[in-house]
Amino acid sequence: MIDVKNLTKWYGRVLAVDGISFHVERGSIVGFLGPNGAGKSTTLKILTCYLPATGGKVTIANHDIFTESMEVRRMLGYMPESVPLYPEMRVVEYLNFRARLRDIPGSRRQAEIDRVAERCWLSKPENMLRRRLGELSRGYKQRVGLADVLLHNPPVLVLDEPTIGLDPAQIRSMRELIQSLAGEHTVILSSHILAEVEQTCTHLIIIAGGRIAATGTPGELRDRVTGPSRIIAEVRGEDEQATVQAAKTIRGAKEIQVSSQGNWRRLLISSEQDADIRGEVFKLAGQKGWQLRELRREIGSLEDFFVQITYEQNLQAGLWKSAARA
Amino acid sequence: MKKMLTIAQRELAGYFFSPLAYGVGAIYLLCCGIVFFHGLDAFGIPPVFETGREPTMRPLFEMMASATVVVLPLLTMRLVSEEFSSGTIETLMTAPISDAQVIIGKFLSVLGFFAILLAASLFYVILLSIYGSPDAGVTVSGYLGLLLLGGAFISVGLFTSTLTGHQLLAAILAMVILSVFTALAWAVVAFAPQPWNVIAVRFNALSYFRDFARGVFDTRGLVFFLSVAVFFLYLSIKMLESRRWR
Ligand SMILES: Nc1ncnc2c1ncn2[C@@H]1O[C@H](COP(=O)(O)OP(=O)(O)OP(=O)(O)O)[C@@H](O)[C@H]1O
Ligand SMILES: [Mg+2]
Repeated sequence: MIDVKNLTKWYGRVLAVDGISFHVERGSIVGFLGPNGAGKSTTLKILTCYLPATGGKVTIANHDIFTESMEVRRMLGYMPESVPLYPEMRVVEYLNFRARLRDIPGSRRQAEIDRVAERCWLSKPENMLRRRLGELSRGYKQRVGLADVLLHNPPVLVLDEPTIGLDPAQIRSMRELIQSLAGEHTVILSSHILAEVEQTCTHLIIIAGGRIAATGTPGELRDRVTGPSRIIAEVRGEDEQATVQAAKTIRGAKEIQVSSQGNWRRLLISSEQDADIRGEVFKLAGQKGWQLRELRREIGSLEDFFVQITYEQNLQAGLWKSAARA
Repeated sequence: MKKMLTIAQRELAGYFFSPLAYGVGAIYLLCCGIVFFHGLDAFGIPPVFETGREPTMRPLFEMMASATVVVLPLLTMRLVSEEFSSGTIETLMTAPISDAQVIIGKFLSVLGFFAILLAASLFYVILLSIYGSPDAGVTVSGYLGLLLLGGAFISVGLFTSTLTGHQLLAAILAMVILSVFTALAWAVVAFAPQPWNVIAVRFNALSYFRDFARGVFDTRGLVFFLSVAVFFLYLSIKMLESRRWR
């Protein structure tokens, strides 16, 4: 549905997007993830034909965003980061204005406005649609922005940080709403918060320093993070050395670290990729007559991965820059 | 076409929520009133509404034309500038609407607002015709001239509004450009030597307008105002488009 090849964007002498390529399947929900200044908004602005790219090629449903901008814009719903609105207009006037810009015929306009108002939680307090946009709270502005995007039922939705500024209940509703759009619509959304997109998105693209650091489904990324999992066990019965010696006999145990807390020995056992050796540890403790007060498997969180990968990327970019300077 | 009117309608409605537009409109009409009843001694403009004087709107028209140099930039400054500073330009330009539709729609909205101001000034015409019988031809051609001059000046203001996100800067730039077409052109005609004053005559918007105010329909004036309007509208569209190339 969306095909991005070698997209590059320079703002004057600032390189914001550095040759990124990715592909988005029809009906998927793609999360665009990255730290501040990673180039997320810039990429989305280019996809929506607001900004020109410096280099590269982007097609949306086989329409080139540069040469067939009108066709592309007809298929798009774009909600910018700050959700800019005209403060003097009423909600219903604004939606009506936007509907007219999208060529929705007069006979259908009211029905569409009612539909999106319902869907974006704007129809509840009776007078909501009559309120002026300038008077709305941040969260309600966000809902109006979303309603605007859904008005013409576009096949592609581009949402720049859709949940920022919402209360927790709203974040959950927003997440459900976005999930309900999958299949019929292709959605690209950006965020800093991994935990959030992890649940909503079918694919994640992690970018840092204008480059793609990692892509994949949340599951795939999580596997990459977990890598060899670690078992943590606290036992009592023998001294450090004897405990380590005994633990080494466990099948699948690769590396063992130990630390002591009084009589308790805290073991950190790294294992092969998928092996879960908790059972073995428990059996061993039984055989040796150890007391066991903790036994758990630690899986690296996606959050760790995210922080690590963006850190590495920034480091690389830094090295690259200092190399260029030298 | 329909989208152009959609834009124009939204902008025009915006003027009715803008205290600035009300203020500017009120002051404009007030100035008309002062000239109408008292004249302006400092500029040697006699009152229009005085017993024993020929009933003509001419002095009032000339004042109305000169005042547009200040009044219209104050009305046009927000047109594109505000979209830049508030960020609404992003949602506007990612909707399926062409740059030309946006620019012409915005142009029409100010022209509409200006026309409403002119319509309000018809009050003075009515007052004059109750007590005398002003020449209908002069009145019609005067208003036509004001609309043409207004259209040209509005397109200048619209253009400067596409240059910057700072409204006041846009207004000041527009006033500077309009002063070139009025005060500077006048000064050059009056004081500069041979080749320059002949050229400047062609760029003096107010002298073209004076013909209309006298009731003389001059195609040179018509051509001048229309070409200024088209030229600056074209520049505005190009400015907005250039965003896509930068
Ligand atoms: N209009 C601009 N002019 C110059 N540089 C810009 C402009 N907009 C963005 N940048 C730069 O481009 C880089 C990427 O910015 P971008 O807004 O795309 O980041 P982001 O990933 O959306 O960040 P955030 O999470 O803070 O929203 C940053 O270094 C930023 O300073
Ligand atoms: Mg951003």
